[in-house]
Amino acid sequence: MASKLIFVLALAALAIMVVLPLGWLFYTSLQIPDAAQLSFANYVEAFTKSIYLGPIGNSLIVATCVATIAVAVGTPLAWLLARTDVPGRGALRALIVAAFVTPSFLGAQAWMLLAAPNSGWLNKIWVALTHAEHGPLNIYSLAGAIFVMALYNIPYTFTFVYGALELMPAEMENAASILGARSLRRTLSITLPLALPAIIAGFIMSFLEALAEFGTPAFLLIPARQQVVTTQLYLFFQFPQRIELAAAYAMPLILVTALLLFLQRRLIGRRRFTMIGTKGERRRLTPLGRWRWAALGAALIPSLVAVFLPYTALLLTSLSRAWGLGPVPGNLTFYWYRWALVDNATTQSAIVHSFTYGFAAATIALAIAVTIAFAVTRKLVPAGELLTFICMAPFVVPGIILAIGFYSAYSHKPLLLYGTAWILIIAFATRFLPIAYSNMTSALQTLSVDLENAARTLGAGRVRSLFTVTVPLLRSAMLSGWLLVFIPALRELSCAIFLFTPRTAVMTTVIFDFSDAGNFEAVATMGILIMAITLAIVGVSYRLLGRSLVEQPA
Amino acid sequence: MARIVIERLRKRFAQTGPLAVDSVDLTVADGEVMALLGPSGCGKTTTLSLLAGFLRPDEGEIRVGERLLSSPAGVVPPEDRHMSMIFQSYAIWPHKTVFENVAYGLHVRRVPRREIVSRVEEVLDAVQMKHLAQRYPAELSGGQQQRVALARAIVVRPDILLLDEPLSNLDANLREQMRFEIRRLHDATGITMVYVTHDQAEAMVTADRIAIMNGGRVEQVGTPAEIYERPRTAFAASFIGRMNVLEGTLVGVDTVACSGFVVRAAAGVSLDTGAKAVVCIRPQHIVLGSVNGTPSAASATNRVVGRITRQTYLGEIRDYLIEVPGGMQLRAVTSPSLQHEIGSEVTLELPIEHCRIVEL
Repeated sequence: MASKLIFVLALAALAIMVVLPLGWLFYTSLQIPDAAQLSFANYVEAFTKSIYLGPIGNSLIVATCVATIAVAVGTPLAWLLARTDVPGRGALRALIVAAFVTPSFLGAQAWMLLAAPNSGWLNKIWVALTHAEHGPLNIYSLAGAIFVMALYNIPYTFTFVYGALELMPAEMENAASILGARSLRRTLSITLPLALPAIIAGFIMSFLEALAEFGTPAFLLIPARQQVVTTQLYLFFQFPQRIELAAAYAMPLILVTALLLFLQRRLIGRRRFTMIGTKGERRRLTPLGRWRWAALGAALIPSLVAVFLPYTALLLTSLSRAWGLGPVPGNLTFYWYRWALVDNATTQSAIVHSFTYGFAAATIALAIAVTIAFAVTRKLVPAGELLTFICMAPFVVPGIILAIGFYSAYSHKPLLLYGTAWILIIAFATRFLPIAYSNMTSALQTLSVDLENAARTLGAGRVRSLFTVTVPLLRSAMLSGWLLVFIPALRELSCAIFLFTPRTAVMTTVIFDFSDAGNFEAVATMGILIMAITLAIVGVSYRLLGRSLVEQPA
Repeated sequence: MARIVIERLRKRFAQTGPLAVDSVDLTVADGEVMALLGPSGCGKTTTLSLLAGFLRPDEGEIRVGERLLSSPAGVVPPEDRHMSMIFQSYAIWPHKTVFENVAYGLHVRRVPRREIVSRVEEVLDAVQMKHLAQRYPAELSGGQQQRVALARAIVVRPDILLLDEPLSNLDANLREQMRFEIRRLHDATGITMVYVTHDQAEAMVTADRIAIMNGGRVEQVGTPAEIYERPRTAFAASFIGRMNVLEGTLVGVDTVACSGFVVRAAAGVSLDTGAKAVVCIRPQHIVLGSVNGTPSAASATNRVVGRITRQTYLGEIRDYLIEVPGGMQLRAVTSPSLQHEIGSEVTLELPIEHCRIVEL
C-alpha cells in the first residue's frame, strides 16, 4: 500500500513539473489578451514580422558557427589526447574538465573584462604595444558571442569523441595496421569514421546548447543590439509583457531540439556501431616525434583562452578595488569578498538561496527519478514508455522555455507559485530531472532483479529486500544522480532569470543584475565563489565516487 | 620464404611484473600451420602480438626468412610485415560494407580498381559470402562475420596469416565446421599460419604442429600425435586429452614409487634417483579386474588394488573414478559391458608400454 502511495505522489509531481507547464505553454501560445477564443494569431505575428525573424536568423548563425568550431577543435583535441604521445595528457584533460565546469555566462563576463572595445585588458595591452588608436577586439558582437560559446562547448565534442576513442577496440585499428595502412590513413579511414556518431552527437549537443543559451547572448548581444531567440524571449518579458507571443515564439525551439535528437538516432542507420571488444589489449599510441611539443602547444590554446585568461581576469578583478585601474599594488584588496560574504545582505541571502534551492531541487528530482525508474525497469506499472517519455521530456525543452511554461502555469490560481521559492525549486528539479532519471535507469538496468529475488527466496519481504539489497547497491548511483542535479542547479541562470523575485534571488541572478549595473568587481567575486563552491563539491564527490562525474553520459 | 624463427623472446608488461613471454624459441616452417596452445594467460596471445609487431620484445628476436622483424632495438611496424591477422573479435569495421571491408587491404596496396573487384569477388565466393557483399557487418551473423574476417585477411595474399582465437566466439557446431574450412583454406593456399587457441581439438584439427605454452614458456613442440603419445611434461600430458598423473619418487631409471605402489615405465628418464617425478597413463589404458577369484589380488609392480568411488555410464563407455592407497584418485574407462559396483574393490593393471615418466 505504502509503495502505491509513493508512486501516486511521484505521478502527481510529474504532472506538476512536466505536464502542466508544457500544456500551459502551448495553451498560452494560443491565447489572445482580453479575448475569449483561441487562435493562431500569436504564431502569425511571431513568424511574419521581420523584427522577430531577425533573431531567428541570428540564432541559427550562432548555433551553426558554435557547433562547427566546437567540433573542429574538440575532435582533433580528443584524438591528440587519446591516440598520440603528446606530453602532459593528464594535465590537458584536467584543463578541459575545468572548461567544462565553467558556465559559459561566466566566461562571457570574463571576456567582457578582457575584450570590451575600449576598457578590455587585451585591447589596452594592444594599444600600449602598438600605439594604435583602438584595440582590435570587440566582444560585444555576434563573433564575440560565438567565440565565447564555442570555447565552453569544445568539452562536449571532446568528451564524446574521447570516450568513443577509448571504447573503440584496439583490434579495429590493429586490423587496418596489419593490412598495411599507415597512421594517417588508419586515422582517416577507420578511427574517425568509427568516432563519427560521437562527432555528430557533439555537433548536435553544441548546436542545441548554443540555441538555448541565454546568459552569454544576454551579456554580449543585448548591448550590441543584436538579438537571438533567447534574448528576444527575454525582451518579451520586459514591459510591455507579451507572454502569449513569447510562448508561440518558443515553440519552434522545442521542435528543432526534438527533431535534431531524433535525427541523430536515425543517422547511424544500418551501420549500427556495435563493436565486440576484447579486454586487456594494449593500444599503440601514434608517435608524434618532433611534433610532440608543437602539438602540446596547440592543445593548450583552447585551455588558455577558456580557462587561464578568464580566471586570471576574474580573480584579479575580484581582488581589485576598481578593476579599471588594473592589477597594481595599491588597488589589490579582499574588500569584495568581505563585502559579498559578510557585509551585503543581498549576496548573502543569494548564496543561501542557491544552496537551499539546489539542495531541495536535487532531492526532489532524485526521489522522483528513483521511484519512476524503479517502477519502469521492474515493470511494476503499465505505460512505462509513457512515463519515461515524460521524465525525459524536459531534455528537449531549453531552460528559458521551461521558465515561460512555469510562469504561465503558476503565476495565477489555483497553484500560485510565482514569487515563492517553490517555483525556482520545482523548475530546477524539472530541468535536470532527465539527468537524474537516465542515471537511475542505467544503474537499475545493470542491477539484476535476481539479486533482489535471491533475498526474497530466503524469506525477506519485498520491502525488506529492496532496502537491504537494492538500495545499498544503488547508493553511489543515487549520490552521483543527486550531484548531477545539484551542481547544475547551483549555476542555473536561464530559468531563474524569469522566475526569481527580489526576495528569491540566487547567485546567478545576482550576477546578472550586477553585470547590468556595471559592477564588475561584484560579478567577478560572485563568479569566483560559485566556481570555488562547485570545484569543492566536485572534488569531494570525486573522493566519494572514485570517478569523474562529468564524464558520465547524461 | 616465410619461415619464422623466434629466438629467446621475452616480454613483460609491468616493470616488476611477471614475464608474459619467457624465453620462447620457436621455428615455423614455410607453409606450416603452427598452433600455440595453452590456457588463458599462458603468453600465447602476447607471442602473437609480438609476431604481428604490435609489441616490442624486451629480449630476443623474430625473423622471417632473412629479415629481422623484431628485436629490443626496434620493430618493423605491422603495416610493413606482409602479414594478415584474424582477430578474436573479428574486428570487422562496422562503417564499411562486406565488400569495402575486404577491399581495404587491396586499396592500401594500390591494386588497380578492376583487379580489386575481381579479387574481392573471388575470395567472397570462396568463403560463400558473395551474395552478402553489400551488407553492413551489423546485419551479419557471427559465422558470416567470421568469414568476412577470413576473406579480408587472405585477399591480400599475405606471407603469413596470424589467427588469434578465431573461432572462440562461434557456437559449437559452427566452430567444428570452421576448423575444417580453415585447414582446407591452408591446403589450398599454402600460407604459413600461426594459430592461437586454448581448444586442443581445434589445434589438433588445424595444425601441423602444436606448441604447448604454459606460464610464458613453450613446454613442448610437436605434431598432435607426438604430443598425445609422448608428452614431455606433466602439463603437456594433461592439457591434451585426459590423463592420470601419478606423483611419486624416482627409485630406478624407469621406476617410480608412489605412495603404496610402484610403477615401471617402458622408457627411462635422465633424472637422478630420488627426484620427484610423475607417471602418466591415459584412462583408456588402465585395465580393471575383479578382486574376488583372482589369486594375485595384492599390489605388485604396475598393479594396485583400489576402490570404486564413482561410476558413470556414458553409452559408449563406462567412466570410473577409483581411489588407490595413498588417497590418489585414478580415472579409468572400460567397455560398457564391464560393470563394477560403487564401493567394490578392483585391481588396476597399468601396462608398462602405456606408462610414461616425465618431469614434475
